[in-house]
Amino acid sequence: MRRRSAWLWSAALAAYAFLYLPLIIVVVYSFNDSRLNAEWVGFTLDWYRKLAHNEEMLTAAGNSLLIALMTSVVSTALGTMAGVAMYRYRLRLLPVLVLTPIAIPEILMGVALLIFFVLLDFTLGIVSVTLAHIAFCIGFVAIVVRSRLAGMDESLTEAARDCGAAPWQAFRYVTLPLIMPGVIAGALMAFTLSIDDFVITFFTAGAGTVTLPLQIYSMIKIAVTPEVNAVSTLLMLLTLALIVIASRLSPTLFRSEQGGPS
Amino acid sequence: MPARASGRLGKSLVSGPPLAYLLIFFAIPTLIMVLASFRTPGEFGGLAPLVDENGKFDVNLESYSRFFTEPVYAEVFVKSVWYALFTTLACLALAYPLAALIAKSSRKYRDLLLLLVILPFWSNFLIRVYAWMIILGPQAALARAVNGMLAAFGHEPVPLLFSSFAVLVCLVYVHLPFMVLPLYANLEKHDQALLDAAQDLGAHAWQRFWRITFPLSLPGVYAGAALVFIPALGIFAIPDILGGPNDSLIGNLIKQQFLETRDWPFGSVLSIVLTVAALALAALAAWIGRRGAGGGSFDRA
Repeated sequence: MRRRSAWLWSAALAAYAFLYLPLIIVVVYSFNDSRLNAEWVGFTLDWYRKLAHNEEMLTAAGNSLLIALMTSVVSTALGTMAGVAMYRYRLRLLPVLVLTPIAIPEILMGVALLIFFVLLDFTLGIVSVTLAHIAFCIGFVAIVVRSRLAGMDESLTEAARDCGAAPWQAFRYVTLPLIMPGVIAGALMAFTLSIDDFVITFFTAGAGTVTLPLQIYSMIKIAVTPEVNAVSTLLMLLTLALIVIASRLSPTLFRSEQGGPS
Repeated sequence: MPARASGRLGKSLVSGPPLAYLLIFFAIPTLIMVLASFRTPGEFGGLAPLVDENGKFDVNLESYSRFFTEPVYAEVFVKSVWYALFTTLACLALAYPLAALIAKSSRKYRDLLLLLVILPFWSNFLIRVYAWMIILGPQAALARAVNGMLAAFGHEPVPLLFSSFAVLVCLVYVHLPFMVLPLYANLEKHDQALLDAAQDLGAHAWQRFWRITFPLSLPGVYAGAALVFIPALGIFAIPDILGGPNDSLIGNLIKQQFLETRDWPFGSVLSIVLTVAALALAALAAWIGRRGAGGGSFDRA
């Protein structure tokens, strides 16, 4: 028995090392005083300084933030509606439309939207990317909101209705405050998914628009430089912060056992 | 009566906007892509006019017959399936001990251990690919150690980066969390009493594993397999960044049709074949999973 758990521990430890070592290397080399990402030379903040003056990168970061912000606002509104509708009513079409974008290969949605925008003569750029991001974020928000509703006491909404609240009032003053942590967690998730998305952005951005992942892609296609490590480190910190906040707000968010009230 | 009317109004008010959005920006574009697969490519990209100068409608199966008759495409497709299959099996081998350990550990540490699995998944996809460019780079310690050893045996040095090896390692790396989560969800529900009973009846550790734990975990295995296989089959960025000239997969072929040769109909055919294959295999996995013992963990994934 003891031998078996020792074996389990070492296998699991190896798996954790496999998951984390690559990311740690990226972060460590972002402070390395060498052009080559090959061995440690000495500590420097030069790559971050360079980054601060890289116009292209700053534009890309601005675009990414703008797109992520718009995406999270709209997809949270639509996703919350979808989550509530899927929880309250027996619907056939909506759950299919909400969940398929998550289940199919991402590239399909990217090329389908590319054809769609080009045929409509819709200029590819920040707006087309945002519209695409909203489409794939709705499902994620809806799932988080629905699982929050599933853990909620439905009799509270009924009590409000019995006391004479209109359906809208019952939702606005009773249901919404109760599911708010789920809604905010969904918004943060949408923001993260949007700012990280590469595949769908790649097809819907057109030639003139750059986001952070697209900029990282074109940089690493040309050469590996510690500047990429620096921007990666910053992006990881941002994502980490958002995810920690989201998981605090919705404790069931990252648990595989969903549904039970926590 | 008024309550029912307002209920119906509420229903359409709540479900209407997301439904409309997803119809416009998901269902219709997908439908257009399916229609585009039956058309002729335009002279300068895009599609040829729907009705040509002779008044003939442009509807044909040429792009489909091209996919099924030219062996190059079937080869790329089969190669993609092999890569995705290898990724799935390697993820399973790595994820199983990890999921088992998390399921066995006390409640206090369980969430933390699980969060540690998911966290890397939330860092940017390209950063995770880029990390392997550094690790496998020709001047990095790993390549020098491997080639030093090869040289000792009188072998030519091999490049680690821009190779199938790099592509496969990164595919496994990127998809590992998708396998751990459903496996954990399944293993966590197992009844310890079964294993105790087997031990009392004299079963060895490996017998207990192969005859009890593993068969019971099959629904989780199939769910994880679907979650790894589908995205792995459609990937294009990893072979694009880490692969050599022979590592083009179906995703790269699709990207090429839309951004380089600008043959929309053929690109659409490739995307449809990819999606149908991925969903068919996932449905198969779900079906086997549901038939297997202790089903029902698929929806928890």
